[in-house]
Amino acid sequence: MPKVGIAAYGITKFSRDDMKIESVLLKSTKKLFDNSPNLSRNDIDAVLVSTNNNSKYLSAILAEMSGIEPRIAHSIESLCNSGTNAIVSGYSYIASGLADIVLVSGAERYDSPGQILEWDNSRGEFKHPIFWASIFTKAYKREFSITDEDLALVPVKNHKQAQNNPNALSEKTYSLEDVINSKKLTDELRLLDCSRPCTGGASILLASENTCKKFTDNPVWITGIGQKTTSAGFTKNMTFSSMESTQIAASNAFKMSKHSVNDIDVAEVHDAFSVCEPMALESLGFADKGKGMSMVKELYTTNNSKINPRGGLIGAGHPLGATGIAQTIEIMKQLQSCANKRQVDNAKMGLIHNMSAAATSSTVLVLEK
Amino acid sequence: MNFESELKKGNFIIGECIHCKKIIWPPSEFCNQCFKEVSWRKGSYDGMIIEFSKHNNDYFCLIEIENTIKIMCNVSSGIPDIGKHVKIEKCGIKDDGYYFEIAVK
Repeated sequence: MPKVGIAAYGITKFSRDDMKIESVLLKSTKKLFDNSPNLSRNDIDAVLVSTNNNSKYLSAILAEMSGIEPRIAHSIESLCNSGTNAIVSGYSYIASGLADIVLVSGAERYDSPGQILEWDNSRGEFKHPIFWASIFTKAYKREFSITDEDLALVPVKNHKQAQNNPNALSEKTYSLEDVINSKKLTDELRLLDCSRPCTGGASILLASENTCKKFTDNPVWITGIGQKTTSAGFTKNMTFSSMESTQIAASNAFKMSKHSVNDIDVAEVHDAFSVCEPMALESLGFADKGKGMSMVKELYTTNNSKINPRGGLIGAGHPLGATGIAQTIEIMKQLQSCANKRQVDNAKMGLIHNMSAAATSSTVLVLEK
Repeated sequence: MNFESELKKGNFIIGECIHCKKIIWPPSEFCNQCFKEVSWRKGSYDGMIIEFSKHNNDYFCLIEIENTIKIMCNVSSGIPDIGKHVKIEKCGIKDDGYYFEIAVK
């Protein structure tokens, strides 16, 4: 398989701003061009837009607004893992030879329609994500004797790590008491257990091996890809205390990269809610079943930010279509040793875990220097 | 007859593929294994609680019916617990979506 690398990136600050989706897309694309003096508009073969926004024809609009006339232009939507799925599409265009350089741009507004999957009528009147997250949390707590206080450490850690991320939505740290005393949404969830939908954009430039070097001396390669969709409906999950799609996607990504979880130095995992971080750590293989929170505790007490260094979704905010791309940019920066205050020592290999709709679908990427 | 027209009347019916001997859920006209048309029959109104939580003062439950269909339900009476038996008391369509209300036995 030909090598595909990440040659450049652009990202906006995540906020609750009321901006047009086209402006959010353009902002991160402009930043990508600002960061890439050697990039000409004519170089770009494909423009892929990742979003859940209802506006139409956004890839063509972004292309026009950026002065690009690509051969390939279309949008990609798959709820919360749209971003990494768009990256996989871009990878595939390059690996197949249909394109040499692909711009992947993700954007979302704070009021994204992607938060609710109307089709999933098995959820009855409980279509908001807090309800599947409550079922996951209750099942996880019951199976592994975990308490709300244990889980509260996830937002404490991720908001703390987000303070070193200038693009994060979170602007303060919280104590365990703050999390426990934050607004109760259900018996299992407090407000601070949740990632917040927000406005944000993130773009990356993918390129073939030879072309990549034209834009950067420090390319990062996508060496592992794993995707799995087990269903669309939340209640079709076989278990509510682990993520089956994540486990399968991770296994495929590691197989492709010819590495194992032990080789991963830094990872962004999809902590949409507190419980998702330990569940993801277990399903990805970082921790044994039921031991995800022990790992989170150890990371927190030793000031080790190898998991979610930019603050994860809880700390950084969750602009759905941009999230997977922002996660990928973070791992790219970590591997390039340019993550500033949140740099993880000696990071050579990283992982991105991006999932959607109660883990019914997961995408896992492995990146290497 | 189809699932939604019956649900609108407050009836819970189940689609089954007679060739694959399989319940098809979520409701669909065709079997997801052989694509033959499903047959409809009266569904069981009895289920079992798999998981539950509480929103404000109201419980909500994830229940399983006929060992296959898992749905989220409002609770009209009783205190839920894992493994407890429930009965669908009411079901229908509200705001373009399904709703199910159960009594805990």
